[in-house]
Amino acid sequence: MQGITKRFPGVLALNRVDFELFPAEICGLIGENGAGKSTLIRILAGIFQADDGEISLHSQPVRILSVQDSLALGVSVIHQELNLASNLDIASNIFLGREPRKGLLVDRKELYARSAELASRVGMTAPLTTLVEKLSPGEQQLVEIAKALSAEARILVLDEPTSSLTPTEAEKLFEVMRRLKNSGVSMVYISHRLSEVQEICDRVVVLRDGERVGEIPKESIAASEMVKLMVGRDISRFFPQHGEHKESAVAMSVKGLRYEGCKSDITFDLYSGEILGVAGLVGAGRTELMGAIFGIEPKSSGEVLIYGQSADIRSPADAIRASMGLVPEDRKALGVILEMCVSENITLPSIGSYNPPFMDRKREKQVATEQVAALDIKTPSLTHDVQFLSGGNQQKVALAKWLSLNPRILILDEPTRGIDIGSKSEIYKLIRNLADSGVAVIMVSSELEEIIGLSDRVMVMHEGKCTGTLAQDEINEERIMQLATGGVHGA
Amino acid sequence: MKKILGITLLLAGLIAAICIYQMTSTGSAAFFGSGNLSNLAQRIGILGIYAIGAGIVILSGGIDLSIGSVIGFSGVVMAMAVNAWGLSPWVVALGVIAMCVLLGVWHGFLIGRFNLQPFIVTLCTLLLLRGLGRGISGGVSQNLAHFSYLGNGSFLHVPIPFWILVVLGLIIGFFMNFTVYGRYLYAIGRNEEAVRYSGIKVNRMRTGAYVTCAVLAGIAGIVSVSYTGEVQPANAGLMFELWAIAAAVLGGCSLRGGEGSILGIIIGAALIKVMYNGINLLGVNTEWEWAVIGIVILGGVIADAAYKQKAARRVKSAKG
Repeated sequence: MQGITKRFPGVLALNRVDFELFPAEICGLIGENGAGKSTLIRILAGIFQADDGEISLHSQPVRILSVQDSLALGVSVIHQELNLASNLDIASNIFLGREPRKGLLVDRKELYARSAELASRVGMTAPLTTLVEKLSPGEQQLVEIAKALSAEARILVLDEPTSSLTPTEAEKLFEVMRRLKNSGVSMVYISHRLSEVQEICDRVVVLRDGERVGEIPKESIAASEMVKLMVGRDISRFFPQHGEHKESAVAMSVKGLRYEGCKSDITFDLYSGEILGVAGLVGAGRTELMGAIFGIEPKSSGEVLIYGQSADIRSPADAIRASMGLVPEDRKALGVILEMCVSENITLPSIGSYNPPFMDRKREKQVATEQVAALDIKTPSLTHDVQFLSGGNQQKVALAKWLSLNPRILILDEPTRGIDIGSKSEIYKLIRNLADSGVAVIMVSSELEEIIGLSDRVMVMHEGKCTGTLAQDEINEERIMQLATGGVHGA
Repeated sequence: MKKILGITLLLAGLIAAICIYQMTSTGSAAFFGSGNLSNLAQRIGILGIYAIGAGIVILSGGIDLSIGSVIGFSGVVMAMAVNAWGLSPWVVALGVIAMCVLLGVWHGFLIGRFNLQPFIVTLCTLLLLRGLGRGISGGVSQNLAHFSYLGNGSFLHVPIPFWILVVLGLIIGFFMNFTVYGRYLYAIGRNEEAVRYSGIKVNRMRTGAYVTCAVLAGIAGIVSVSYTGEVQPANAGLMFELWAIAAAVLGGCSLRGGEGSILGIIIGAALIKVMYNGINLLGVNTEWEWAVIGIVILGGVIADAAYKQKAARRVKSAKG
């Protein structure tokens, strides 16, 4: 792709970007949200057309005017949200829309035979008649890749493929990618997880603000290099300093908590001014625990004490009255209301208290303005719909909702998922500042770097029970993984 | 606000078209003639009252199919109670409203607590109340005498039903725009779970919407039986919920929830009744009524969707 330029009303999304892909290589494409990565890929996939510039494949200029064109040219994109028919089986999904036919009917023998061949190419072991909805996210991804291969893709674009995979599944994916590379397929790997990019890519192209700012060859790929190019400045202290250990009160005490899906009593203390990281594998039950504490899920036994006082929390309204806040894992579905504007979102939990039961629009504007300034939320205006903000700014809105209530306890579930480097760093600073001001913070996260970098203590969960709590000096990757996979603290 | 401007223009255009056609063919503007405006205002009044109820439920993310049956059943109860027990119609009216409150609570309970689909729950009420009305009356037409002021009277030359619509519209409009509950209802229509996570009692709010709808339908039923002086249990209010939904949708309530305004709903109701009126005045064969109205509503909705898509594409592209 040469000299690709793309303009949208008011924004120059891509400015004369060159991007080349060699046969049998894995090229990383990184950049902050809004840098232009997805625009570039969409142009390649035929979803948009560039205003300027050329695309050539195997030195032949091509015109890609539609998704069909790109598929016909052997380009396949595997999106972050998988496009599979969950109620159909693996083989049907691989050949969806392109089933081998015998006259009018589907040739099932041929379908399964060809699927078997593709399945072995990607290392999928599940029987082909399994319904896709019963597969793990990792296996579903393999189905997507097989699907792309069935369309004879020679160029595969993977967009944030590991965001819902366990570390084991991610490794398996990399194996498959290496195998494909050896068979001649070229891949573009888009990810925010720089350590993965480092591991799997042969080289990395960096975009920033719609321009190509650099390329890093294999030997020099290092996180700091990548970050510097992506952000344009040196983020030396990525994680803010840990708080000094000071004696502080027990903000929340959970005793003998049981709820649906937990395998044993959960008991732990949370101190004011600390960041308690909650680590574990996907599916360990951390979100469910937070749900039970916050009143989303009913609990079957146990109690929660807030600063020594027993709090009967049966609904989020109760939790809020007890001075708690929860920023949910699924930002787009639960953290914010996408079709409402910034100020409406920020004030939703608190607006009932300004001048009940009336609307106090003046105060609403005031609170929203304060929060936007305090968290540095980039939005053209307070009345802009949240769905038009970048992921990082959406998350800040989700946070701002709670901050305006001044909670004493704040639970954050995957606070930086899918957010670019620059915004992540800002959010980490915000979290640290919050804790330093006395708020007790619980941070559930699946990113080990985040847990290790930010937490004062770490609690680890495995399959619905708490396997151990690590003090500041005990926190390291090994110990956490050990506990997360079922080892017991002290062993 | 653009939407309201749009449908107001449409309404004005429609009225203008009717008048022009009349002037050129019969030489007189019967639209503005003696009884016509008054009749029209009264019909808009009644439709508007229960359309607002439908609109409130729709914008909170639900739907109420029982409106027509509530209107019919309210009329039947009014007539039968007054005749059988000799009570004052006003007292019975209060009783009917109380019954509607309970119905709304029932809807809210089933939908909130058991997570049942509003479509099914209110559909069952539609059937139950219709059957109940026919059952208790034996299918026999009921008369209600000495209560015609509400439906037929005027104040300052404007029919009472229209006044009732204006007053209710102002009260509910105030509620939706100047209390937090309005904001909550719109938010629930957009994303109920996210609102729950923000500590708002979603079930309570939703029940409030269904109670409002049932009560408004009850009021419409009372005014209606006052207007006609009689009620036929089998078809009083039959299919009225469809007109309510049509008025609400024309007025800007998306069936997806989270959008709509009281003023818009009233204008939507006016559009429908003016169309009906136009069809009559222009001498179009009444057999074609529904076809004409169906086409106009569909046209309006398509135009609105097309406009929205264009606007959304512009903004989304800017995000890159």
